[in-house]
Amino acid sequence: MRCAAAVETERSATPSEVADPDVPWITLVHNDPVNLMSYVAYVFQSYFGFSEAKANQLMLDVHNKGRAVVSSGTREEMERDVQAMHGYGLWATLRQDR
Amino acid sequence: MGRYFTAEDGGAAASFDEIEAGVLRAYAEQMLELIDAREGTGGTAEDLIASAFIEGPTELPEDPALARLFPDAYTDPGPDGDAQAASAEFRRYTENDLRARKRDDARAVIRSLEALAPEGRRRERLHLEPDECRQWLGALNDLRLVIASRLGITQDEDFEELMDLEDDDPRSPLVLTYGWLTTLQDTLVEAMMRSLER
Repeated sequence: MRCAAAVETERSATPSEVADPDVPWITLVHNDPVNLMSYVAYVFQSYFGFSEAKANQLMLDVHNKGRAVVSSGTREEMERDVQAMHGYGLWATLRQDR
Repeated sequence: MGRYFTAEDGGAAASFDEIEAGVLRAYAEQMLELIDAREGTGGTAEDLIASAFIEGPTELPEDPALARLFPDAYTDPGPDGDAQAASAEFRRYTENDLRARKRDDARAVIRSLEALAPEGRRRERLHLEPDECRQWLGALNDLRLVIASRLGITQDEDFEELMDLEDDDPRSPLVLTYGWLTTLQDTLVEAMMRSLER
C-alpha cells in the first residue's frame, strides 16, 4: 500500500491544473498484504457486477501492478464507489483521469 | 461439518467449538469498542439522534488500525490542488456511515455466535443466510485488517515471516488467530462465489 501511495505522489508532482469538467474521474483500488485475492475478486463481482473473468483480471492487476482502475465517471459517482470499497475494507482512492 | 465454511442452501455453514466461538465473539466485541473509540457515543436512541446532527470527523485516525479501516479517499492533489482538504471533506460526509456499517457487521457476528451454545470440544453448527454471509465477510476482513496492523504486516511476505516465530513469542497467539480468520474468510468467499454462480 505504501508503495502505491508513493507512486501516486510522484505522478502528481506536476502542477495541478484547473478542474476540467470533461475529464472523467476514476476509482483506483490499491494492493495491500491483507485483503485476500479471492475476496477482492468477490467484491468486484458483487459490487460492480463484473464477470468472473473481468473481476479476476482486475484483481490480478491490483496484486501485480499495485493498483487498478475499477471504474470511471463523474466525481460523485467515484466518491460513491470509493465509499463502497472502503465499506468492504479495500483501500480505494479517486482522482481525475489525466 | 468442518471447521471452515462450505456452501449450504444458498448461504454457508461452519462449526465452532466453545473456545473458537468465544474467541471470535471477543474479537468482534473488541472491534465494536475500537470503532466507537473516537466517537464516544453509545447505542441509545439519544446518541443516535445526536449523531445525526454532529458533523463527521475530518482527519485520518492516528491509530494505524483505524486509519486502515477509514482511509483517505484522495492521495492525489488533483484539480482542487489539495488532497488533504478533499479527503477531509469526503470523510466528513462518509465516515460515520462507514463506522455504522462496520459496527453492524461486527454485531452480526456476535449475534450469530450468541445463538450457538457449544460446550467444550463439542462443535455446534452455524448456518449463515446470504445477508449474514456478507456481514461476516466484512467483519472477518475488518478484524484481519486490524490484527495485521497490530502485527506490522505491510508487505506481502510479512505474514510468512511471522509464521516462523518461536512458540513463546508474545505475537504467536495473534498470528495463529490471523491465520485462522484468513482461512475462515477465504472459505466463506468460496462458499459465496458458489452461491453467486447459481
